[in-house]
Amino acid sequence: MPSPDPAVLARLRAIVGEAHVLTSPEDTIPYGFDGTAALKGPAGVVVLPGSTAEVSAVVRLACELNVPIVTRGSGTGLSGGSVPSEGCLVLCLTRLDKVISVDAANLTVRAQCGAITAAIDAAANKHGLFYPPDPGSMKISTIGGNVAENSGGLRGLKYGVTRDYVMGLEVVLPDGRIAHFGNACVKDVAGYSMKDLFIGSEGTLGIITEVLLKVVPRPAARRTMLASYDRMEDAAQTVSDIIAAKIIPCTLEFLDRMTIGCVEDYAKIGLPRDCAALLLMETDGHPSAVADEAEQMLALARARGARDVRVARDEAEALRLASARRSAFSALARVRPTTILEDVTVPRDKLAEMVSFVAEVAKKHRLLVGTFGHMGDGNLHPTFLTDERNTDEMARVHEALEEIVTKTLALGGTITGEHGVGLAKKAWLRRQVGEHSHDLMREIKRAWDPRNLLNPGKIFD
Amino acid sequence: MKPSLQLLDYSILQQCMHCGMCLPACPTYDATKKERHSPRGRISLMRAVADDELKISPAFADEMSYCLGCLACQTACPAGVDYSNLLETARAEVQSAGLNQTFTSRFWRAVTIRGLFMRPRLLRFAGRLLWLYQRLGLQTAFRMIGLTKLLPKDLRRLEPQCPTIATKFSPQLIRPVESPAKKQHRVALLTGCVQDLVFADINRDTADVLLANGCEVHTPPVQPCCGSLHAHNGEADAAKTLAKRMIDLFPPSQFDAIITNAGGCGNHLRHYGSLLAEDPVYAPLAKLWDAKLRDIHEWMMEHGCRAPQAGLGDLTVTYHDSCHLTHGQKVTQQPRDLLKLIPGLRLVELPEANWCCGSAGIYNITQPEQSEQLLVRKIGHVLGTGATVLATANPGCHLQIARGLRQAGSAVTLLQPVTLLARAYRKEKMTESMTA
Repeated sequence: MPSPDPAVLARLRAIVGEAHVLTSPEDTIPYGFDGTAALKGPAGVVVLPGSTAEVSAVVRLACELNVPIVTRGSGTGLSGGSVPSEGCLVLCLTRLDKVISVDAANLTVRAQCGAITAAIDAAANKHGLFYPPDPGSMKISTIGGNVAENSGGLRGLKYGVTRDYVMGLEVVLPDGRIAHFGNACVKDVAGYSMKDLFIGSEGTLGIITEVLLKVVPRPAARRTMLASYDRMEDAAQTVSDIIAAKIIPCTLEFLDRMTIGCVEDYAKIGLPRDCAALLLMETDGHPSAVADEAEQMLALARARGARDVRVARDEAEALRLASARRSAFSALARVRPTTILEDVTVPRDKLAEMVSFVAEVAKKHRLLVGTFGHMGDGNLHPTFLTDERNTDEMARVHEALEEIVTKTLALGGTITGEHGVGLAKKAWLRRQVGEHSHDLMREIKRAWDPRNLLNPGKIFD
Repeated sequence: MKPSLQLLDYSILQQCMHCGMCLPACPTYDATKKERHSPRGRISLMRAVADDELKISPAFADEMSYCLGCLACQTACPAGVDYSNLLETARAEVQSAGLNQTFTSRFWRAVTIRGLFMRPRLLRFAGRLLWLYQRLGLQTAFRMIGLTKLLPKDLRRLEPQCPTIATKFSPQLIRPVESPAKKQHRVALLTGCVQDLVFADINRDTADVLLANGCEVHTPPVQPCCGSLHAHNGEADAAKTLAKRMIDLFPPSQFDAIITNAGGCGNHLRHYGSLLAEDPVYAPLAKLWDAKLRDIHEWMMEHGCRAPQAGLGDLTVTYHDSCHLTHGQKVTQQPRDLLKLIPGLRLVELPEANWCCGSAGIYNITQPEQSEQLLVRKIGHVLGTGATVLATANPGCHLQIARGLRQAGSAVTLLQPVTLLARAYRKEKMTESMTA
């Protein structure tokens, strides 16, 4: 909101309280970005409501004044989805941070949108239950943001993504009305599945204020393994072998040499720096099944020429390995000033081809790249290590990205597996989904939010 | 050259890719949940200053002062952002802009940072006066008749927090050179400022631990302040002067190690290399100095610290990590391992052991409210462990947590790991002489 009108500020303060309307540059500059590199915008006014009713009142006021709203949680998004746009009001929902209840009889958790993802799993854990989606930022990210971006994580292969756990939503609509979708029933076919429209809608259709999530029994056993390879193809082939053996492990993550070095610099947990690929594998479930599957996975890795295969000694080491993997993206930032993270995803059997293509493209354009990701679900994160002030190099980064996207689409993949379109990927959306699908998305947005007040300019123009 | 965010190597600012991994580690973000009170938020403000999008303002100054400087964000940061460097540069810039200073704050800065902490003899003299005031019962008397009410407001608030000054300072307890029976190493012992005035006995314990492990200990009676207080509070020039004096007094080539036993000082002491990088004469010496500088726990464990043959009875101990020891110097495991050497000692982990206690240099003076909240949180965890002894290795934390324990009426004793180890060695000696 440019040079906020004192009368408007007074009305905002009346709704959320004096302390929860931020206007000074020292207060608002830190809300000008999310976790996406090289993207920022002016957060003129930041409003932090403390209840759904307050969110609704703020939206009504913005609607009355024709002021666009950009919603954010903890600002860890990786596609620029919550970067402020010119003249907007930033609605920050971190105060709505309660995990409201755990219903062990119906296997659900109810939480406010600003609850931290890891806190939801911790609450479920107290009842022997489990909330599986675990995005890299789970200790910081909010559940509302996870739903709005349909976040993934390390357990996609076996457990799916955020969408698979959303049973119900409370949403503030673009005109301020409060709507409820879904319920605690496993089966519910009453009308359109409206909640599904909001999952992954990136704040463009409504403001999610409360969620009802599905949880599952916590697996009784878990085993974490690490295999190192001299060739990336062997790691990828191990994954295919495991799936061909009818095993669905909860985690199959890989890191390339560049990423291994950076992660080791940070975490210092003794990862082998000289191998071409590292495969982090985890199986969970019934103890005897876990023991059996782990045994088979280790054998398959060895058979594919893994040069070293080991099992995490205990839960503490397993946790260290998983959190080291979660730090991969940020750890890559050690090398160069700017870190451009991609999120392309291809059908699983095309992953090895895609990984070597990325390496070729980087070589061709004289760029540094680190690649890591979810080998089990074909979701990879080629990360360009560059410098946004070097225009020539940035031009080469964009050419490389263009080629990677073209290849991804040719292989039947998607431009984003778990980060969302936001600002970062909107140039490619139409190419992927086709004109009819793209037009339909825009028609829905127009019908729902005719004045384009909710997160304008995200997903599409 | 004046320290300035605009002149700083821009890639240090760019290193922060604002992923937010630092947020859950930051005590001030935890307290307010506002982005400007987080590490990445503060860095974005610094970057705005560097980009000329924001002027150094009172609000910017406030924010830099609200940061504890605990460096928990540096431990959490996968990207390896040099936050400590950024914060010191920002604070120095605030200082040179002359913002955010009342007459009294300027006065106290002149008296303490620019006065006492630049002159070790004067500091000890002031310490002695304070000791007299406390010893002669004047403190109690003044408090009883309400004379302390005549003190200026700031001092009145601080007066009850004033630590009890030691009866003997380090030179009265430690001879300039002390040699072990069988000499293996030659080390220098830094006695510190607060450590010297309040905890000189801990310096004695440190010397004893070194002697028991074959180190010849060199402890010059008059030592300058290391300059950490100055660097953390935007007085870069004074910090450089003090670093040079320190290097002159302890030529690093003459020692196997230069030992510090105060977490906060240690973190500053091992960065003389970057502080004096542009000084043609001192730069190489400072580099060597950094290579020789060791925290006492680090040095002991590096050389296979000898386990004492006698213990201190059944003792349940918990350990609080000083921020600058764990986040700054990355010395985390060694103090715990050192404690475990003592027979009969049971070490229980303190929840949130590496969460700041609120002492943070002079933070308990500049930001009393936030400091108090952190102290209460810390004491709650300490009491929850059921330990009878809390060990920690930094004078600031020691004073702060001891005050918290007193306020809570707790019987938990606060000791430093070297003290416990030194006592075990003494016990060992007694047992030996008795059997002999």
